Amino acid sequence: QFAATGVQTCFHGRHINPQILANLDGSNWHLGDYESRGGYQALRKILGQDGGAGLTPDQVIAEVKAGGLRGRGGAGFPTGLKWSFMPRQFPGQKYLVCNSDEGEPGTCKDRDIMQYNPHSVIEGMAIAAYAMGISVGYNYIHGEIFATYQRFEAALDEARAAGLLGDNILGSSFNFQLHAAHGFGAYICGEETGLLESLEGKKGQPRFKPPFPASFGLYGKPTTINNTETFAAVPWIIRNGGAAYLECGKPNNGGTKIYSVSGDVELPGNYEVPMGTPFAKLLELAGGVRKGRTLKAVIPGGSSSPVLPASIMMECTMDYDSIAKAGSMLGSGAVIVMDDSRCMVESLKRLSYFYMHESCGQCTPCREGTGWLWRVVDRIHNGLGRQSDLDLLNSVADNIQGRTICALGDAAAMPVRAMIKHYRHEFEAMIPKNTSQLA
Amino acid sequence: MISEQTKALFDREVAKYPASQKQSAVMACLQIVQQERGFVSAESEKLVAEYLGMAPIAVHEVTTFYNMYNQQPVGKYKLNVCTNLPCQLRDGAKALQHLEHKLGVAMGETTKDGMFTLQQSECLGACADSPVMLVNDIHMCSFMSNEKLDQLIDGLKSAEA
Ligand SMILES: NC(=O)C1=CN([C@@H]2O[C@H](COP(=O)(O)OP(=O)(O)OC[C@H]3O[C@@H](n4cnc5c(N)ncnc54)[C@H](O)[C@@H]3O)[C@@H](O)[C@H]2O)C=CC1
Ligand SMILES: Cc1cc2nc3c(=O)[nH]c(=O)nc-3n(C[C@H](O)[C@H](O)[C@H](O)COP(=O)(O)O)c2cc1C
Ligand code: SF4
Ligand code: FES
Repeated sequence: QFAATGVQTCFHGRHINPQILANLDGSNWHLGDYESRGGYQALRKILGQDGGAGLTPDQVIAEVKAGGLRGRGGAGFPTGLKWSFMPRQFPGQKYLVCNSDEGEPGTCKDRDIMQYNPHSVIEGMAIAAYAMGISVGYNYIHGEIFATYQRFEAALDEARAAGLLGDNILGSSFNFQLHAAHGFGAYICGEETGLLESLEGKKGQPRFKPPFPASFGLYGKPTTINNTETFAAVPWIIRNGGAAYLECGKPNNGGTKIYSVSGDVELPGNYEVPMGTPFAKLLELAGGVRKGRTLKAVIPGGSSSPVLPASIMMECTMDYDSIAKAGSMLGSGAVIVMDDSRCMVESLKRLSYFYMHESCGQCTPCREGTGWLWRVVDRIHNGLGRQSDLDLLNSVADNIQGRTICALGDAAAMPVRAMIKHYRHEFEAMIPKNTSQLA
Repeated sequence: MISEQTKALFDREVAKYPASQKQSAVMACLQIVQQERGFVSAESEKLVAEYLGMAPIAVHEVTTFYNMYNQQPVGKYKLNVCTNLPCQLRDGAKALQHLEHKLGVAMGETTKDGMFTLQQSECLGACADSPVMLVNDIHMCSFMSNEKLDQLIDGLKSAEA
């Protein structure tokens, strides 16, 4: 009745040198399939179960560092460095957490990874656990993709049955228990400390950072959190070496990245391409702008990243540094494409509604400011704006940014400023000319 | 009362966490309750609270914080259509309008026969498949053109008749 229909966002063969989404067809997600693609060789290699000498935890971390892997959850924090923050000799329990709460509008890559290649995440987490001396892990999965949560649990069962998870993995002295947990509809639980609160069975309200999870995480214990795609990248690095990983991206931006391309393109979907691929190439892979229209703007890294006009975007390459230089962020890699028929006021109105709806309410600037932003954009869109409204929007955004517990406040503020900066005339055109400054 | 069957499902979730941290299973237990009973009542919250050794108010905080828990009874089929920007660019809002028309209810309402509840939702994490709709928290329906929406609704109605 509800058979998932036509979900083929990653089975299109238009990836470039894919590492995570390579050779998938939707049915070959099982353990045996994964092993025939070279799966679990990396885990065997570090444990010395492939005839070799094995790798020490330090060697694993060094390899990940050499690969230049940066966190795929949005902030691009160097993964090897984050792993080295974990107190090695800590006497109590430490935890490993995978952030699969993918809720950033535009992003749908982690779902495909877990649905069609779940063992890549399991193996990546097992390697990470080994490197940091962690024995318990959780994968926290977005509540809306419940079928994917069930798929991941099935994959965990396969791995346990094969001795790849649990006690004495592959006959070694390494133990790692991994479980799946799920959210139930709260964007804020993607923020790592909100996620930890949720995993503890509470409202997902973010904590102050620092302390970072590395020192105070799940149940107050040292915890490392990485994004799904970050973990899924790890087995390839260990199998092929950090140098090879770095090589296939560009300096400081190793490896491939999966971009979720949505909006006004012919072929929306997930595209795995090397870091540093020109945006123009990615657009071409996605079939170009829909119906032969002209590109107007792109939100390059999920709804929290500032919009960039077509002319700037077409000069960018897709990697952390190039997009940052252009004034936006690579974020979660959700590329939202808009053609020349799109109204920016209407688009911003929808985004502002989202942030208002998802603010967890802890900080006054975010709780009050997100609602204020939405009300002002809404009245402009309804033709009831005032001449002073654009200054007002900028000032409200200024007063949110940098003054909140978590980055949701920034995420709400940045798109507003960028939209007004690049498309001021569209806002002005909607504001009646004769309103008083004092109105 | 919690049935033995439900208890087994609860226990499976509780077993994932340290013995002193049973509360971690609350999200999953409430989801199980919602699948069984259609919504999370104050009474269900109390049962879950007892089971996990939590204060009922702590469970209630969870029910009210997360968008997907139904705090009131909903229709037999809860339809959540994503209207966030990436979906809006690919007819997400139109799909919602079409359903409003077809079902004769406004967003947020339930049809008189108690069959369908229609809601808008934020990003479901399936943006490239837009228009997308989640049915009863579990079934993700992709590329829901107006024709496909009609087919689905008509199919569900006739299965019921
Ligand atoms: N994937 C998605 O669905 C979404 C992604 N985002 C992205 O999230 C990003 C913001 O995330 P945040 O976690 O607030 O960024 P952040 O910069 O605070 O942290 C990034 C990571 O590095 C770690 N870290 C940073 N400095 C550290 C230190 N000194 N010691 C130990 N650990 C340290 C943090 O614990 C975290 O895991 C945004 O850039 C946005 O693009 C936002 C919304 C949704
Ligand atoms: C409001 C908000 C939502 C976030 N949502 C997600 C998310 O859904 N998935 C994710 O991996 N990271 C998300 N993040 C970033 C996480 O806080 C964290 O930086 C990330 O999980 C670390 O993993 P990484 O180093 O592998 O990127 C979010 C951050 C904020 C501020
Ligand atoms: S910035 Fe917003 S979402 Fe983040 S903690 Fe504060 S109120 Fe909550
Ligand atoms: S924006 Fe609709 S599913 Fe992501």
